[in-house]
Amino acid sequence: MKFKRHSVIPGFGFTLGFTLTYLSLIVLIPLSLLFLKATTLGWEHFWHTVVSARVLASLRLSFGTALASALVNAVFGLLVAWVLVRYDFPGKKIVDALVDLPFALPTAVAGIALTTLYAPHGWMGRLLAGLGIKAAFTPLGITLALIFIGLPFVVRTVEPILQDFEKEIEEAAFSLGANRWQTFCKVILPAILPALLTGCAMAFSRAVGEYGSVVFIAGNMPLKTEIAPLLIMTKLEQYDYAGATAIAGVMLVISFLLLFATHLFQAWTRQYERV
Amino acid sequence: MAGATGLRKRAANQVARASVTEPPLVRGILTAIALIFLVVFLILPITVIVAGALAKGVQFYFQALTEPVALAAARLTLLVAVITVPLNVLFGLAAAWALAKFDFVGKKFLTTLIDLPFSVSPVISGLIYVLVFGAQGVLGPWLQAHDIKIVFALPGIVLATVFVTSPFVARELIPLMQAQGNEEENAAIILGASGWQTFWRVTLPNIKWGLLYGVILCTARAMGEFGAVSVVSGHIRGLTNTLPLHVEILYNEYSFTAAFAVSSLLMMLAFVTLALKHFIEWQHSRETNLTAES
Amino acid sequence: MALLIQGAARPVLAAEKKNVTLLNVSYDPTRELYEDYNKAFAKHWKEQTGQTVTIHQSHGGSGKQARAIIDGLDADIATLALGFDVDALFSKGGLISKTWQSKLPENSAPYTSTIVFLVKKGNPKAIKDWDDLVKPGTGVITPNPKTSGGARWNYLAAWAFAEKKFNGDAAQIKPFMTKLFRNVLVLDTGARGATITFVERGLGDVLIAWENEAFLAIQELGKDKFEIVMPSLSILAEPSVTVVDKVVKKHGTGETAKAYLEYLYSEEGQEIIAQHYYRPRSKAVAKKYAAIFPAVHLVTIEHFGGWQKAQADHFADAGSFDQIYQA
Repeated sequence: MKFKRHSVIPGFGFTLGFTLTYLSLIVLIPLSLLFLKATTLGWEHFWHTVVSARVLASLRLSFGTALASALVNAVFGLLVAWVLVRYDFPGKKIVDALVDLPFALPTAVAGIALTTLYAPHGWMGRLLAGLGIKAAFTPLGITLALIFIGLPFVVRTVEPILQDFEKEIEEAAFSLGANRWQTFCKVILPAILPALLTGCAMAFSRAVGEYGSVVFIAGNMPLKTEIAPLLIMTKLEQYDYAGATAIAGVMLVISFLLLFATHLFQAWTRQYERV
Repeated sequence: MAGATGLRKRAANQVARASVTEPPLVRGILTAIALIFLVVFLILPITVIVAGALAKGVQFYFQALTEPVALAAARLTLLVAVITVPLNVLFGLAAAWALAKFDFVGKKFLTTLIDLPFSVSPVISGLIYVLVFGAQGVLGPWLQAHDIKIVFALPGIVLATVFVTSPFVARELIPLMQAQGNEEENAAIILGASGWQTFWRVTLPNIKWGLLYGVILCTARAMGEFGAVSVVSGHIRGLTNTLPLHVEILYNEYSFTAAFAVSSLLMMLAFVTLALKHFIEWQHSRETNLTAES
Repeated sequence: MALLIQGAARPVLAAEKKNVTLLNVSYDPTRELYEDYNKAFAKHWKEQTGQTVTIHQSHGGSGKQARAIIDGLDADIATLALGFDVDALFSKGGLISKTWQSKLPENSAPYTSTIVFLVKKGNPKAIKDWDDLVKPGTGVITPNPKTSGGARWNYLAAWAFAEKKFNGDAAQIKPFMTKLFRNVLVLDTGARGATITFVERGLGDVLIAWENEAFLAIQELGKDKFEIVMPSLSILAEPSVTVVDKVVKKHGTGETAKAYLEYLYSEEGQEIIAQHYYRPRSKAVAKKYAAIFPAVHLVTIEHFGGWQKAQADHFADAGSFDQIYQA
């Protein structure tokens, strides 16, 4: 097997070399030090750190709320993208612009604003309290913050695909007797699924590590609302760099595998389409 | 020829319009649900910030923004963005060229690596540079011996920001260049253009809007990054505090109004970049319409 | 007095240089204190030596700040929340000498504070002492001892009370602490966060806080909304200060840095300290502000065998605080 398929376009060596050097300097070497630091723990101590009840509970919470938020964003992000691409309504431009805001807003500001909103005295907090729902300082509150953080990832990956989607295919489905819902499920959804998955995976992996916007609204109760990044901070506070990097390493490996899997899936669907 | 296809398409669209959209009621309901969702998750938090910023009146608002410490933080934030964004543009272009124009072993792995900074907890993205450049870090003793300061100074803040924002331009360009394919570049090369010429005359015009959008997102994120910068900044008032860190300080000083005022400034930076983005898209659509009609 | 003479005699040497810059790395609640103190010291130093001194401030969680100094933040002076964090500058960073605590008077703690309760005006839940905090239905706000220096003082104060109440019977102290922390509604990461949760968000019935934080919160956020309750027993919190030897040697700022900390012990320094609701060491200043700082029975950290032992017993992994949440 050859390393590279032949192409007439030049610049492969230069651009790949630059990319690899840049990635190595900025991402890979610093990150590998993280794992190096974690290995100073020794296998037994590492295992002990990672499977302790508090760490497991926080990992469950972080991955659980991240998953919940990614699922909510999958449904509503798709809906928002759909409405923004397909329908017209007054103020559409402004709404479309606002979707990027969670990228730009400092996470601490987002956290403060959301806590103000969902605390028992806040506008939404009071409303939800009337329904008997506690939002701030519960896993629900964490999920709300993560939905905010992840929304643009889903909307912005799905939007261009929906825009490019050829209406002729939908017309064909219609003329073959499919109703709108069938067309959506059998024709449109499969086409945008890879993009939707990528968006969700990115929103998910961003949500897992999120700290700034979550600590304010989380409540930080051990075993209940303590997120994994907070435990990393806790370890650092005890000058336990190795323990902190151990938890970080575990989170990173899981996120990486997840992203890798979605990229493989995407590549697979692209090949499948070509066939 | 392009004009003929355009006309035909438009006619076909009119005929088939009913078949590719939903009944008005469904459209109304879907739009309403999407808008309610956006109101709850985006517009309400923004309203909280704006209301908080103006709680003590317009005069206080501007006073909070023109405080010397706030101005110093704004200057640092802009400086960091000015250094970070060009670096990541170079990286994004190189990565997109390598990944979109060629097929090679390990491509998916590399794509995943580029996305990786998204999934690194901000706490960690700051910490890794402390592990390298900190006094106890790998290069620490050497740096100290030569009196070079990386962490708790501008270079550290820039490094952490570069790390966090590195995927944005690349992420925007890779799918775009993949979708556009290699035909035009192949033709240019075969007709005798050099690699640089092909890039400047063929590729860049095709990707410029996507590139600009990536730049905008990258800029917005570079100015708003909090967690990673917080670890490497040292929080020295007036020297190494960026705007997001200044917000946290104000909040911790019980100056809620000032904190929200500075946040609203960051939010406005976001709006400026967003307005720019829409200008770009408008230009883009005008351009494509022009080419379609000519 | 001896300090003043020393301070006056030395600066002749330092005056050769025109301007000095110092970096004071401190913890969260001291922002307002050092903002005022820096002005006073700069004036004092100018009068003494003719030199202009610029003091930069950095504030954050005490542990995070100590870590930053160890990792290379060029602090000439460290003024942290607890001796444990200053100790780390020696044990983890080798930046100061082992005997740092004896280099300045009063254990290198020019001001002290204690732990009090902040309750809503009129004290609707009639909270008088630590006993009332474990009653079912009392909502307690305190920061997380794992991430906040101040919270460790809170925890140890409660522990000291339980120890006295149950005559040191460990079998009863731990359930008491467990009940207390079962009543905690939110564990913020820092002292300021906890104050904001209680005062701004209106959560809980009582906030366990630094005395100075409680006063500041009342002053800044609600003179007629909150009041302070002094428990029957509390802890003498000694926020410690030190010159960071290795850094001042590099900067050549040793003279000024030392004078900066020594001036904290002067009458002027102590006055500023008292104005910011920290308990002054000076008897004269303490007398003047006696109305603000009621006498209370205070245990010290030595009661817990010093910070290293207290940290290992209570706050390290699997320490007594972790056990509360494993039950």
